[in-house]
Amino acid sequence: MRPLFKLIVILQALLFFYSDVLAADVSLHGFFQGNYSSDISRKNPDGGDFKWAEERMQFKLDVSKEPFHLFLKTDAFLNHIDGKGDVELREGYADYTAKAWDVRAGRQVITWGLGDLLFINDVFPKDYEAFFSGRPMEYLKKGVDGVKFGLYPEFVSLELIAIPFFEPNHFPAAKRFWMYDPMPGITNRVEKEPTSRPENTEFALRAYRDIAGFDTSLYFYRGFYRQPSLLPDNPLMPTKLTLFYPKLSVYGISLQGRALDGVLSLETGYYDSREDGKGRDPMIPNSQARFLIGYQRQLWEDFTMGLQYYGEYMQDYSEYEKDLPAGFPKEHKLRQLATVRLAQFLIHQTLRLSFFSFYSPSDRDYMLNPEIKYNISDRIWVAVGGNIFGGGEKWSQFGQLAENDNVYMQLRYEF
Amino acid sequence: MKRYLVLLLLVLLPLEAFALSAEDVMRKSQAAFLYQGKDFKARVMMKLVTKGGQERTRELTMLRKNYGEAGGEQKFFMYFFQPADVKDMTFMVNKYPGRDADRWLYVPAINMVRRIAARDKSSSFVGSDFTYEDVSGRDIADDTHSIVKEEKASGRDCYVIKSAPKAADVDYSYKLSWIDRANLLPLKEEYYDRKGELYRVFSADEIKEVKGFPTITKRTMKNLQSGHRTEVSYIKADYNIGVEDALFSERYLKQPPKKWTE
Repeated sequence: MRPLFKLIVILQALLFFYSDVLAADVSLHGFFQGNYSSDISRKNPDGGDFKWAEERMQFKLDVSKEPFHLFLKTDAFLNHIDGKGDVELREGYADYTAKAWDVRAGRQVITWGLGDLLFINDVFPKDYEAFFSGRPMEYLKKGVDGVKFGLYPEFVSLELIAIPFFEPNHFPAAKRFWMYDPMPGITNRVEKEPTSRPENTEFALRAYRDIAGFDTSLYFYRGFYRQPSLLPDNPLMPTKLTLFYPKLSVYGISLQGRALDGVLSLETGYYDSREDGKGRDPMIPNSQARFLIGYQRQLWEDFTMGLQYYGEYMQDYSEYEKDLPAGFPKEHKLRQLATVRLAQFLIHQTLRLSFFSFYSPSDRDYMLNPEIKYNISDRIWVAVGGNIFGGGEKWSQFGQLAENDNVYMQLRYEF
Repeated sequence: MKRYLVLLLLVLLPLEAFALSAEDVMRKSQAAFLYQGKDFKARVMMKLVTKGGQERTRELTMLRKNYGEAGGEQKFFMYFFQPADVKDMTFMVNKYPGRDADRWLYVPAINMVRRIAARDKSSSFVGSDFTYEDVSGRDIADDTHSIVKEEKASGRDCYVIKSAPKAADVDYSYKLSWIDRANLLPLKEEYYDRKGELYRVFSADEIKEVKGFPTITKRTMKNLQSGHRTEVSYIKADYNIGVEDALFSERYLKQPPKKWTE
C-alpha cells in the first residue's frame, strides 16, 4: 500500500472513532462488490478470458460540522486479472459552505452537460475501459484534483473550477482489448502529460439559471484534450511516438425542459483546438462543433424511453483531407451518433430491464448494452448484462471493438 | 300563499347556504390533506409488504412548500436515507395545477442532477402502492364529483364522495372517498377498476394534531389484486418551519443542508 493511502486509511479510522471528540456528525457507509466480465467472441490479446474480474470494498466516510464537511470515498480491491490488490481514493474533499457561496477542495467528480453517455460540455475525465468492461456506471467518471467555487447571486448560479493536476481519460488496456492502432509497428512510445505548472492549470466555468422553464447553462473550459494525440519523431520513418494532450478550449450552452409530454435536451459546444487553429496538423484534432438533441419520455407505467442524436462537425475539413498521411483512416466531416435507451421497472421497481444502444449513421458501427438488474433485498443487488460491438470499419469507435463482446455481472452488498 | 313562500325560502335558505357541493368538499379536503400550513416537513418511513410478507423499507425526509392558494403550485424536496442504493439521493418536484410536474433527481455517485420524465398519473412513487398523484394530489377539476351518501367511518361522520375521472387517464374508473365532516381529511378511499371491481384501498390509520393541523401520520395503501401493500408513517412532522425558497435549487440538491434533511 502506498504511503498516501495508508495515511488516508488511518485518517478515516481516526475520524470515525474520534468523531465524538470533534462533536461532528459522522457516517460510514459503503459496499462489498464482485464484478466479473467474460469474453464471448474472442480471447483477449494476452490470451485471458476476462475483461474484468475483481472484488472490491468501498468506504464512504462523511464528517460534517457546519459550515465544514469532509467526504472520503476509498476503494480497496483485488483484481484477478493482474492478481493485484490496491487502494484507490475515488473522492476526497473538504467543503466550506457560506450563505451565498461555497468551496470544495480535493478530489471530486464533476458532471456537466445533458448527454446520456454522450459528452460535449462534460470535459472531465472518463474511464472508458470501465465502461466497456461492464463495471458499474459510476466508474465511468473519474475524479479531478482541484478546487471548485460555487457563487450564488440572485440572478444566476456559478461554478468555477481550477484543476492544477491534469488527469487524462483512461482507455481500454491493449492486453485486454482488441483495438485499432494506426502505427502498430512502433512500440517505442512515451506519454507526456501536461506538467503541473500555473499556466497548465485547467479552468472551467459554468453559469446556470432557469429561463422560461428551461434549465439553461453556459459553459467555458480552457485546458487539454483528454485523449492523446500521437507525435512521431520523424514523419517519414518514425521510430518513436510521443503521446501528448493538445490544448483545448470549449465554449458551450445547454437547455433542458419539459416539452412534447417529456423532457427535451439541447446542448452544443465549440471545441477550439488551440494548437491546430488552421487544421493543418494531421496529428492534432481539428476544431469541431458538437451538438446534441435528446428526448426522454415515460410511455407507460415504469417504462421510459430516451432518444438522442449527436453530431461532431469538423472545421477546416479540406485542410484535414489534404494533410492526412497516406494509410491513415479518414474521419467524416460530420460524425453522427444516435442512441436509444429503454428501461422498464417491474415488481415494485425492484427489477429493471434496460437496453442502451449507440449507432453511428456516419460510421455504421454500433454498441448494444442490454442489462437486467434486480434488488434482491434492500441491501443486495445484482446486475447481469452484455456489451456487444460491431459494424463500421476496423478503426471506427465501436467497429474496432468488434471482437471484445462481453457479458458481465455486478453483485453488490451495501451498508 | 306569500307566507308559505317565505317559509319555504326560510327552510331552504340554510341548506342552500351551508350545504357543500361534492366538489367543494373535495377541494377543502385536498387543502386539509395536502396544503396545510405554509410549509411542511416529515421524516417518512415506507414499508412495502408483499403478499407473502416480505418487507422493503424506504425512508426519506420530505419538505413541502406552498406557492399560492390550496390547489395551486407547490414545491417538494426529498432526501433519501434508505434503501442503501439510493442513500443520499435527492429529488425535487415542482407541482403545477393543470399540467405535469417538473422533476429533478440528484445521483450522488456521479454528482449529477438530471430532469426526470414521468407522468404523475401512472407512476408509482419509489415502487410503492402510492402513485405520484396519491402523494401530491390530483387536480379536482379532473374528476366529476358527487355526494353518494353520508355515513360513519372509523366512528366519525363522513361524506362519501364518488369521483369519476373525466378522461381515461388513470387506472381506476371511479373512486369513493370517506371525508371526515369535521376535519375534512380522507379517512378511507376505495378505487374501482374498469370492470367496477374494488382493487385498491387507502386508509388513514392514525391522525394527530401537529401545530393545530390535524395530520394523517399513518396511512396504508393496499392493492387487493396483488395483495401488496404500502404502510407509511411520519416519524416526525412539522408545519411552518420557514423553508427557504433557495432550498429548491440545484445547489442544495447536490448538497442538502443537514438542518433540513435530518
